[in-house]
Amino acid sequence: MTSVITVPPSLDDQTFEQVLEQLAPLSAEQKVLLDARHCRWASPYGLTALLTLAQTRVERAGFAGPETEETASYWQRAGFYEQAEKLFEMHGHVPRPRALGGESNVLLEVTPVAKSDDVHDVVEKIQAKAQSILVNELHLDPMATMRFAMTLSEVCQNIVEHAQTAGFVAVQTYRYRQRLGRRVVVIAVCDAGVGFRKSLESAQGRKLSDRWDDGMALEDALVRGVSRFRDPGRGQGLAGVRRYVGKWDGKLTIRSGTARIALLPSWDDDLALKEGLSPFPGAQVQITIPERVQGR
Amino acid sequence: MKYHIDIDDRADERRTVCELYSNLVTRPTGATVRKAIEDALADQAEPNMTVIDFSRVTLLDFSCADEIVGKLLDAYQGAKTRPRTYFLIRGAHGAHLEAIETVLERYDVAVIVQDDTGSMSLIGRLDDGARRVWQLVRERGAVVVQQVEQELGTTMAQCTAALDELSLRRLVVRRADGFVALPHAS
Repeated sequence: MTSVITVPPSLDDQTFEQVLEQLAPLSAEQKVLLDARHCRWASPYGLTALLTLAQTRVERAGFAGPETEETASYWQRAGFYEQAEKLFEMHGHVPRPRALGGESNVLLEVTPVAKSDDVHDVVEKIQAKAQSILVNELHLDPMATMRFAMTLSEVCQNIVEHAQTAGFVAVQTYRYRQRLGRRVVVIAVCDAGVGFRKSLESAQGRKLSDRWDDGMALEDALVRGVSRFRDPGRGQGLAGVRRYVGKWDGKLTIRSGTARIALLPSWDDDLALKEGLSPFPGAQVQITIPERVQGR
Repeated sequence: MKYHIDIDDRADERRTVCELYSNLVTRPTGATVRKAIEDALADQAEPNMTVIDFSRVTLLDFSCADEIVGKLLDAYQGAKTRPRTYFLIRGAHGAHLEAIETVLERYDVAVIVQDDTGSMSLIGRLDDGARRVWQLVRERGAVVVQQVEQELGTTMAQCTAALDELSLRRLVVRRADGFVALPHAS
């Protein structure tokens, strides 16, 4: 029997939890159909997390895409369908790629990341498009393009170094009306790999505290710069990302297992640490960088 | 002798160690570059000065900076044999330097950086006393301990300790007649 999982009309990091809540009682072997027919909008996190979800299923999951032409077409231009067709059993209409140019809001289409060379490709692609959007439209300082590419490189490398499976990255810009009323650029990097807790547990000789869980593993990695590798240079990538996100007054969230940690800017009232979430393997990272208000 | 390592593919007489990538990102890339530098240095007689030139590198991320600069300097400055290999970084712009400084802090090492105008600065971890002594050596070109003692108003023991440390970390060159700043050492 196939279980139908309803994808909410607006799919982002917060509402993706509704998808996982529906999935939680089901075993990995259970056949599922992701019903996104009524979905009208998805953030890069939403799109990459859906693909990641497909990777966790033993039996190939079904997928019914948005019925609205505008939404389906956007997802196509964002590169979602190209990857989805490889992972899902597709139901209903699948929009075909159009010959004419890409989507201007998409800085980086949904792109698989599995090895070091993929990170090089991602960085090359983003540099070509990021400059005009980050500096001219989001009014970030001219150095931002370099720092942005460094940030992207480091979060993608987390997949290569720790996930032990392929993941996905996507970068888009849009107006974030809900909390900010400003434009933002959002990086989403999702994988269904080993996750932070298991990765840190694999460190040789590591002693685990009584309270060892997904939340603590995230705190160790993000706040204390702990890595499963023992050499002193490890953990710097995430530390650098954290510093840049702070500089941009941005928001960084990492979900892994049953917990989510957030580095919060002044404009957001999210919780710094959420625990007891529905389980989901791997790590899902989102970075939100707001448009700089000129004069500040 | 002076040896120039260009992290790019357009060099001719200088030794080029990275021809594959326009961006220095990821640990495997950094490890490849570091290995190439180490192999190149293995042929060099001591003492030698190696210029690592980033002027044609577009992007250097933290992980790659760690693999190239952090591990290289840690290996040379921390080696028991204390090889007389001196490093100078050239052509590094703002974002490169942010990555490099971050990794130097982690390894507790320091390196000399030359900017586009030729001006030298020292980045990384070094205590204030040794940093002041390095600044004096840089300004004077060459010093003896007594001169440092007089000019900085510190004790002979402190000056000797600072110069010894700078020499051991290959940030100044010790010679029979005193201590010499790097650009004057060739």
